[in-house]
Amino acid sequence: MSAHIAFRGVSKRFQVKVRGSRQHSEFTAVDTVDLDVERGEFVVLVGPSGCGKSTLLDLLGGLTEPSEGEILLDGRRITGPGLDRGIVFQQYALLPWRTAQGNVEFGLEATGVPRRHRAERAREFLDLVGLTGFEDRHPHQLSGGMRQRVAIARSLAYDPQVLLMDEPFAALDAQTRESMQDELLRIWQRTGKTVVFITHSIDEAVHLGQRVVVLTSRPGRVKETVAIDLGDRTRQEDPRSSPEFARYRHRIWDLLHDEVSRAQQQEKEVVGA
Amino acid sequence: MTALLETPSATVDRTTPAASRPRRAVSRLADAVLTGLGKVVAVAALLVVWEVAPRLGLVDATFLPPFTTVAVSWWDLLVSGKLLDNTQASLVRSLSGFGLAVAAAVPLGLLIGWYKPVATLLSPLLEVFRNTAALALLPVFVLLLGIGETSKIAIVFYACTWPILLNTISAVRAVDPTLLRLARSMDLNGFRLFQKVILPAAVPTVFTGIRLAGALSILVLVAAEMVGAKAGLGYLINASQFNFAIPQMYAGIITLSAIGVLFNQVLVGLERRFTSWRVPVGA
Ligand SMILES: Nc1ncnc2c1ncn2[C@@H]1O[C@H](COP(=O)(O)OP(=O)(O)O)[C@@H](O)[C@H]1O
Ligand SMILES: [Mg+2]
Repeated sequence: MSAHIAFRGVSKRFQVKVRGSRQHSEFTAVDTVDLDVERGEFVVLVGPSGCGKSTLLDLLGGLTEPSEGEILLDGRRITGPGLDRGIVFQQYALLPWRTAQGNVEFGLEATGVPRRHRAERAREFLDLVGLTGFEDRHPHQLSGGMRQRVAIARSLAYDPQVLLMDEPFAALDAQTRESMQDELLRIWQRTGKTVVFITHSIDEAVHLGQRVVVLTSRPGRVKETVAIDLGDRTRQEDPRSSPEFARYRHRIWDLLHDEVSRAQQQEKEVVGA
Repeated sequence: MTALLETPSATVDRTTPAASRPRRAVSRLADAVLTGLGKVVAVAALLVVWEVAPRLGLVDATFLPPFTTVAVSWWDLLVSGKLLDNTQASLVRSLSGFGLAVAAAVPLGLLIGWYKPVATLLSPLLEVFRNTAALALLPVFVLLLGIGETSKIAIVFYACTWPILLNTISAVRAVDPTLLRLARSMDLNGFRLFQKVILPAAVPTVFTGIRLAGALSILVLVAAEMVGAKAGLGYLINASQFNFAIPQMYAGIITLSAIGVLFNQVLVGLERRFTSWRVPVGA
């Protein structure tokens, strides 16, 4: 049959107020995107900032509706949010009044998991993300990387088919970021989830993705899809230093380069207007 | 370095090693004793000045009797039962008005804060009422409700309502939008969203309003009791002054401050209990 996730001619337009007048004008954020994602695949979307990456993820998460086209999940049209998709936000979105354990249980409470099983399940998932011993900490007592681990555990706990991640490591320092990337690959391999991951970092894209989808600057279209084959990425010594890695990085850099300068040009025009 | 800290096993050094725990507890205890001592010293110094100044003739002892005179008068009031009766009358009024205000303003504020159209519709009205001092409306309350209990409870209720209502409204509106997005992405229904996200997120700000209201409930009541009442601490203070029973007047004032401090402490304690998850300020 068809793909696990299928974008079919998806466009998203926003109504924006024209400055200094009462009129509205239409603004295209995402333009006729076609994209298939297989079950269990790790797909990374890269593109210059403002090109509509988050908009695409919102559409997939059912938080907004496409202006045109449709998104299919296992052949069924997405009409709203659901627990078959779990979103991991850049700002963690942890409930500050709950402990790490409580935050993971929050994910379970939305599902039918009976109360007496929740604590145990939550501990399992905290263990999966390497946070055993930190169950009783509140978010403000955890480092940025640990907070994002809690958020990932929360999303995994209610067992979605797809994990949607919107620049989840962007707020972390470089080293934490790399260790989180390795951790995520390990979790992905263990759980077999489909992951749609957004980033504007080329290194991150090459390191994580089985396929990297390069988007154009505004309005966002699919420019090109690059299949990445680095072998088993979790086994190598330092996969980021291999010659293939450099080749992929250069390839995507080339693709992005024009788009980034075009995006900057657009920003200048907006400021100048 | 940070990468190492990231792995939980290496982060153990962040938790308190068992050996240094007793020493920490001791130093914390010492800290607590010192701050407590500081407070006692400050109050004692005030009382000493109060005792000495009238005796040395620095102030007129008729208008500010020495503290011990006031203390004796306070004891007499206590023994005669007058103090308890008046305190009870005041507390019943204050707590009723305050309690009603909490019961009414919190749900109303949650509602107004959540439904934007309601908030937009009501905001000019809220602005007007908020900026009308409750005490300015005292004559109106007396006209409409007489000088009995109803008008006193009503004015306390009125005064307490605004800080709670306004704080609750802004608490709901200030809920972190990413938490709302999270809830939406998990398809939580309206009730669950309120119960599990909005309400707990609003608690700290709501409590700030409640604490303000607690202070107001006493302030406004005393003023109301001074205007027209046959019992209550405000009445006691006013009547004492009128009858030139000056030590008794100060005894009433002291009782009032003590109740104010106590009430605030209770509210602060409750607030701590409910918001212990908050990032400790200055820690
Ligand atoms: N709700 C909205 N209303 C109007 N414009 C929006 C809205 N959401 C996003 N946009 C605009 O759409 C464009 C794409 O945004 P976004 O998807 O957040 O980009 P990215 O995540 O790639 O940085 C931006 O120019 C942004 O200003
Ligand atoms: Mg974005």
